Amino acid sequence: MELLQLMDSAVRLATPLLLAALAGLYSERSGIFDIGLEGKMLIAAFTAGAFSGIAGMPIAEGGWGWTYGMAWFGLFTAIIASVLLSLIHGFASITLRGNQLISGVAVNFFAAGTTVLIGQEWFRAGGQTPSLRGAQRFEPITLPFADAVSEVPVIGPVYADLISGHNIVVYIAILAVPLTWWILFRTRFGLRLRAVGENPGAVDTAGISVVKQRYAAVVIAGILCGLAGAYLSLGTSAAGFVKDMSAGKGFIALAALIFAKWQPRGVLFAALLFGFLEAIGNKYQSVDIGAFVIPVQFMQALPYILTVVILAGFVGKAIPPKAGGEPYVKER
Amino acid sequence: MSVDTLDQGRSDSAAPVAPAIELIGVSKSFGPVQANKDISMTVAKGAIHGIVGENGAGKSTLMSILYGFYKADAGEIKINGVKTEITDSHAAIAAGIGMVHQHFMLVEPFTVLENVIMGAEDGPLLRPSLAKARKVLTQLAKEYELDVDPDAIVGDLSVGFQQRVEILKALYREADILILDEPTGVLTPAEADHLFRILENLKAQGKTIVLITHKLREIMAITDTVSVMRRGQMTATVPTAETSPSQLADLMVGRHVLLEVEKGAPNPGEVLLEVKNLSATDFQGVEKLKSISFNLRAGEILGVAGVAGNGQTDLLEILGGISPATAGEVRVKGEPIDLSKKASAALRRERGIGHVPEDRHQRGLVMPFQTWENTAFGYHNKPEFSGPMGLANQKAMLADAKEKIEKFDIRPTSPFLPASSYSGGNQQKIVIAREIENNPDVLLVGQPTRGVDIGAIEFIHKQIIALRDSGKAVLLVSVELEEILALSDRIIVMFDGVIQGERTPENTNEQELGMLMAGMNPEGTS
Amino acid sequence: MNKGLPKWADVLLIPVLSLLLALFVSGLVVLFIGRDPIEAVKVMVQGAFGKYGIGYTLYYTTNFIFTGLAVAVAFHARLFNIGGEGQAGLGGVGVALVLLSFNWPNWVVALIAASIGAAIFGAAWAAIPAYLQAKRGSHIVITTIMFNLIGSALINYLLVGPMQAPGMVPETPGFPEAAALPTLHDVFAVFGIAFDKNAPANVSIFIALAALVFVYILIWKTRIGYEIRAFGHSEKAAVYAGISPLKITMIAMLVSGALAGLMAINTVMGEAERLVLDSVQGAGFVGIAVALMGRSHPVGVLLAAFLFGILYQGGGELSFAMGIPREMIVVIQALVIMFTGSLENIVRMPVEKLFLRFNKGGA
Repeated sequence: MELLQLMDSAVRLATPLLLAALAGLYSERSGIFDIGLEGKMLIAAFTAGAFSGIAGMPIAEGGWGWTYGMAWFGLFTAIIASVLLSLIHGFASITLRGNQLISGVAVNFFAAGTTVLIGQEWFRAGGQTPSLRGAQRFEPITLPFADAVSEVPVIGPVYADLISGHNIVVYIAILAVPLTWWILFRTRFGLRLRAVGENPGAVDTAGISVVKQRYAAVVIAGILCGLAGAYLSLGTSAAGFVKDMSAGKGFIALAALIFAKWQPRGVLFAALLFGFLEAIGNKYQSVDIGAFVIPVQFMQALPYILTVVILAGFVGKAIPPKAGGEPYVKER
Repeated sequence: MSVDTLDQGRSDSAAPVAPAIELIGVSKSFGPVQANKDISMTVAKGAIHGIVGENGAGKSTLMSILYGFYKADAGEIKINGVKTEITDSHAAIAAGIGMVHQHFMLVEPFTVLENVIMGAEDGPLLRPSLAKARKVLTQLAKEYELDVDPDAIVGDLSVGFQQRVEILKALYREADILILDEPTGVLTPAEADHLFRILENLKAQGKTIVLITHKLREIMAITDTVSVMRRGQMTATVPTAETSPSQLADLMVGRHVLLEVEKGAPNPGEVLLEVKNLSATDFQGVEKLKSISFNLRAGEILGVAGVAGNGQTDLLEILGGISPATAGEVRVKGEPIDLSKKASAALRRERGIGHVPEDRHQRGLVMPFQTWENTAFGYHNKPEFSGPMGLANQKAMLADAKEKIEKFDIRPTSPFLPASSYSGGNQQKIVIAREIENNPDVLLVGQPTRGVDIGAIEFIHKQIIALRDSGKAVLLVSVELEEILALSDRIIVMFDGVIQGERTPENTNEQELGMLMAGMNPEGTS
Repeated sequence: MNKGLPKWADVLLIPVLSLLLALFVSGLVVLFIGRDPIEAVKVMVQGAFGKYGIGYTLYYTTNFIFTGLAVAVAFHARLFNIGGEGQAGLGGVGVALVLLSFNWPNWVVALIAASIGAAIFGAAWAAIPAYLQAKRGSHIVITTIMFNLIGSALINYLLVGPMQAPGMVPETPGFPEAAALPTLHDVFAVFGIAFDKNAPANVSIFIALAALVFVYILIWKTRIGYEIRAFGHSEKAAVYAGISPLKITMIAMLVSGALAGLMAINTVMGEAERLVLDSVQGAGFVGIAVALMGRSHPVGVLLAAFLFGILYQGGGELSFAMGIPREMIVVIQALVIMFTGSLENIVRMPVEKLFLRFNKGGA
């Protein structure tokens, strides 16, 4: 039962990682490094929290007085904000052939600054958005027959507690994995996307625009980060935006992507692994192992430590897309 | 070795057919550099047309314009008599032009089929396109001797097969005009002959072929007409049958060139470099060198011939201290050198091994460094360049640079210019000056004249011979057989990580070396 | 490719234009939240240069010189050290350990010892990411970010556990009285110059200035600096020349970490006189903007650090006087990184074209 709870919470914690890592997958498969996942998630979380909050606020309090669809509206605005940041990154990396790492860093700072700046300006709550209720959030969905089968041994609780009862974004994230695989390996778009990250010259000489292909990838990354961010503020117990709420998840997502060797299925596995670790860290604040007590700070730092361990390649060598990080210049 | 030229392919000027390609007054400049000046050229339908010229003469730029990679500043292009705007590669493909680039434009982790359909897919889903391409490929393989396993991963294929994939890509897009840029540079002579057969087949089917090369032998063997380019201009277009290699060479350079190098008889002394059972494996576990052994004496130039990628680079890098060997022994002046991972190029230099690397842009020079920094590169820790407390003696470095600039006639003569602002020949002179002037016992030389203009080639060849004559040992790796034959006192041929044979230049020729390079052993061992 | 752009345009004109563009966009952000950007500039400049403010401006400048140099040194080896935040934090731990372990009799000895402690701890925190980059190819950008987060957890643990002063506040006990650094007020008083007594600027600024000279000599005058630059331009060429990538990566990152760590003598030893939570306050990240804007050159870093000193102090005034949150500074910082870093070509391309046309016209 305890394990089931842990796994349930792992799925919740893995969702933003999964979405962000898939975002990174599209971007990096097309040859654009994106360490700005963090910033995009953050700005999306803020935008979602702010607009869902404003839309659902009673008119008397200066809101728009909506009674339904606020969360969806928040998600929509989150995606727009995240895609806009994506386009800045794309403009710097693709059109201006700037340094992609520096661009990503700038995007992160920009998001960290503007979210609090504007949040404070609008809500005067130290950068937080109003706390959200009801249709301002994505509420858990009970899948068909979940209650009926919950008494069945093993399968019942697994279906009712682990599989059922998440909000819509969780299911979108999980469905995005096979969808991404299908797009990448079964469609013309995916073929060109993978090609442009390996050898943009080949794509160019085949008469396809490298620039358009890369912008498309970057925009998809923006959409997925938008989902990830909206999930943070609308789909978790935070019930609203909190300053710096992405808390390094964008970077962990990148590590998960490397761990997954840029494969969709691997991303799912890696995100769940990191989610599970975080779940353990949250559940067991400090672990007493006889001789001494592992402090709570260590448990909190565990996902970060594991990220370093994974990047150190103790889990096998990962070969990134060959043209990654390099702006495409026609050779002379 | 040569392929018979099919005479009936020669274009009869009486024929009313419009030429396949007509360029009128094409010009293109990159910033202050004019790469193509007012070029006009006509290629008859169904002909094989050669374009020769030195490095930097503008051949590749011209073809890139034709393929829509660059946009010309001025001029007009007519394809089959129709004026055509080639704005990008897409437009070129639509006009029926296909191009096989010098550096293949392939996606290595993809299969052959995926590479072939990319950009020519029939719809948003891949499955139907893949099925269609599989059929077409079988057809093309039969028609043109172009068989390749459609499901092979391109990165696993040999360069010869990768080139076929490039040709297949063009044919799948129904190209009528095929441009090949230096197609034989990476091929064995046998593979090159196969390529020429394919080209003859294509010509027989009415395709037009433009062949860019700097190898006059190929021009003579296969083309119907040939155009010569020099310094961005088209200096002549002549029927191949009415010209000769020496005439073409003169046209390329603009003055009379000696294709021979003057060189006295060798005077070999003691063994300076002894290589015994040397083996190496790369990081992916592929065996690059398989137990090779040879000796190199003082006052001797040992040429290493072979198609690129048969272990020569690995040999140079191991001897130069850049990468480790997995087994074997190497002695310099009788003393063993460290072949483990702990070895470094700095230690090699201390042991008297100098190294002119194959790739001067990536290895031999730091491109943003100024010349006075580059002329000490690798020797910067020598006592004469060292000051107290880890400081560099920049005065000494500068004085030394000025000396080298003068002695090796490096131009421009300022020591404060970054390497990127020199021509290929002068860049190479900086590297050669540095390595020779540090007075090595053994000099490793890789592709000394790649991308170097003919004037500088003569100079560099003379320097190498002078070094030999001063009693030093030279190991010369080159893919240019002419260079190997002209400079070497002895020649070893490498194939697939082994020494396939050893010859002296007097009792061998390009044909025999070519066989060895392809892994064949003509008339047993000699 | 440098298309005949004169050197002064490359090192001066383009950074200045990029900076102006960044500040212009920052002004638009101020406008967006409904404030007057001109007014904001006035408040900032007055705040930063006033009798009271200049001491703070110089205090922040000192921090940013250290962190800017840290990023710059790593940049020369083409390493992107985003770990300045964590390295400076750990530097603070080093300072605290040194100063708390012994009852220091006077500040000069204490400063030397604390500097060594700060440098060693900062360098140590950079060492693991450096080693993993050189040996295992682990992306140093991600590992240094992770080390910021791990470092923050570690300091958190130390300040509520082993190093905590008696009581509930998460901080160490105060340092020995005699180890307190003279402030600029004290220094200037010797020469009879009046300087605000309460400002935190202290003698650390002279160490920062010395660090600028040190980095200049290291990068441009020593053989190690030559090797660092060669490695930064081309790893393949470096290996050909017998330069060990492991050695250079380690040296560059250790120096970088040590410089970031040294920041703690200004904040922890000079200002707080104890180690508190979040003693770095984002200065490690500001170093990125400073290094980019300063073209990784000590003179540029000095100017950029001073500019950010003004922004930080003036930014503080903004929240007082105009109610613009301090995070405005983070936005400006992001815009400076963008326009002087990734979006630099937005300025460079037109300038190059202009010069090309000008040159052609002249010829």
